[in-house]
Amino acid sequence: MDEVMRILQDLDWSPLFISLKTGIVATVISFFLGIFAARKVVKASPGKKAVIDGILTLPMVLPPTVAGFFLLLLFSRRRPLGEFLFSEFGFKVVQTWLGCVIAATVIAFPLMYRNARAAMEQIDVNLIYAGRTLGMSEVKIFWKIVVPTAGPGIASGTILTFARALGEYGATSMLAGNIPGKTGTISQKIAMVIQDGDYLTAGIWVAIVILIALVIIILMNVISGRKMKHIRRW
Amino acid sequence: MSVRVEISRQLGDFRLDIRFSSESRRIGILGASGCGKSMTLKSIAGIELPDDGHIEIDGRVLFDRKSKVNLRPQKRNVGYLFQNYALFPTMTVGQNIAAGLKGKRAEKEKRVREMIRKFSLQGLEKHLPGQLSGGQQQRLALARIMAYEPDMILLDEPFSALDMYLKDRLQREMSEMLQDYPGIVILVSHNRDEVYRFCEDLAVIDRGRIAVFGKTKEIFANPVSREAARLTGCKNFSRLQRIDSHRGAALDWGVDLHVEGEIPEYAKWIGYRAHDFVPLWGKKAGENRLRAEIVEQAELPFERNYYIRGRKDNEAICWFVQRENMALLETRGMPDYLGLEEEKMLFLK
Repeated sequence: MDEVMRILQDLDWSPLFISLKTGIVATVISFFLGIFAARKVVKASPGKKAVIDGILTLPMVLPPTVAGFFLLLLFSRRRPLGEFLFSEFGFKVVQTWLGCVIAATVIAFPLMYRNARAAMEQIDVNLIYAGRTLGMSEVKIFWKIVVPTAGPGIASGTILTFARALGEYGATSMLAGNIPGKTGTISQKIAMVIQDGDYLTAGIWVAIVILIALVIIILMNVISGRKMKHIRRW
Repeated sequence: MSVRVEISRQLGDFRLDIRFSSESRRIGILGASGCGKSMTLKSIAGIELPDDGHIEIDGRVLFDRKSKVNLRPQKRNVGYLFQNYALFPTMTVGQNIAAGLKGKRAEKEKRVREMIRKFSLQGLEKHLPGQLSGGQQQRLALARIMAYEPDMILLDEPFSALDMYLKDRLQREMSEMLQDYPGIVILVSHNRDEVYRFCEDLAVIDRGRIAVFGKTKEIFANPVSREAARLTGCKNFSRLQRIDSHRGAALDWGVDLHVEGEIPEYAKWIGYRAHDFVPLWGKKAGENRLRAEIVEQAELPFERNYYIRGRKDNEAICWFVQRENMALLETRGMPDYLGLEEEKMLFLK
């Protein structure tokens, strides 16, 4: 026990903050992109739908290292896009926190998109027709009718997205690396200390991750549960 | 007030081809399920796009294929009452009413309060649609439409999913609410009582085409087309052989017909409503009477249904007797013949 306290006292908390920051930013980006993509796909013709859906879902089914490979191809400064971003805007992706965010977003995005899409497809199309005949603009119909009615699905998509982004490892380690204090996330920290055989420190971080995940999921369930009063209990 | 509708569109294996114009404020569209009446309504609202046609209200063109006019539903100013009301489930009663309103917040709030009062939804402003009863939901759906003052309101089978008790109450409420509405109302239904109750003008649709269009009361009295007769509730049909303008034969019933007036030349069929037969006793056969050989009967709360053998194993002929007329049958026994009265005969194309 004394040893645990000693480790906690000297603990470098930076992985916690890096992971949380990455998770939150990736979730916010995925939230809007996912809803936007879901809207486009729901409205698309069946043929287009199949193709676009396939591409958008791919990062979820592929090993994260494959996504990491493609991300490196895109953003490496030895490649045209990476070179362009750096020389024109000064953006560095590889081995930076930006890389953490991009990797987490790419991996977690499909969860948001698929949940939002499934929820939107469940909506009674008459609600949308009613909105139109009542003179509501398409934008207003989307944000005032579609999104709130699809609320429970979107909420669960957000939770899953955050959980996935928080724990992202494979693509992150390839694109952003594990630079302590910069790109060193909790998952990378755990992997690193395990390699040194330091199970105690790893265990502490594992406990922290479980705690965060549990708190956030319960919190969001409570919030969405309060807003979703119109959904009947079984 | 006037409306002109011409719609043409391929619908599965038949072509929807509807044209009518009316000066009346209450118009009914009567047709069996899948005849295209809902598609007609959706085309007027702009939710569905017809292949060809022209739609105008009071000279305002909503759709015209030739001049490529096709107003968005948002610009048509046509209210649509969906069968399931399509209330927004996450919005309160007040927000539902305000959903389509434009303008300043204070004006909107005033309008919402006005509608809440008019449709007696007081005290429910903060409720969600899921917490309302069926009647309150209908009032809210109408309040939401009326709030933005449409030129026309379309009612898409508003009562067909309700039980009988609720149906009658909501029909009365609906008539009351629509009473002082100055615009045009089009009611689509497969129920003859509903259209009879609500509509001055009536269009009967059969497989995508208008079978008859005219004054509702006149169509019920003289439907002219067989589909119209069926939809207005006529149960009995027989092929008609016209001998001359006063005489003919109902072939499927084995009845000789003799009328003072004229049997129109177009008449290929005769229809006779199940409630209109007159019981006759005595052995004498004759014109305008049908042998009452009862093969089956059914007891209902307020009437008794008898089924009479037609000729050559054709469909049974229905005779419905209301409860107040039952006493006569009980004292005199079952009749030998059923008489057909001339003014009740429907001569059909």
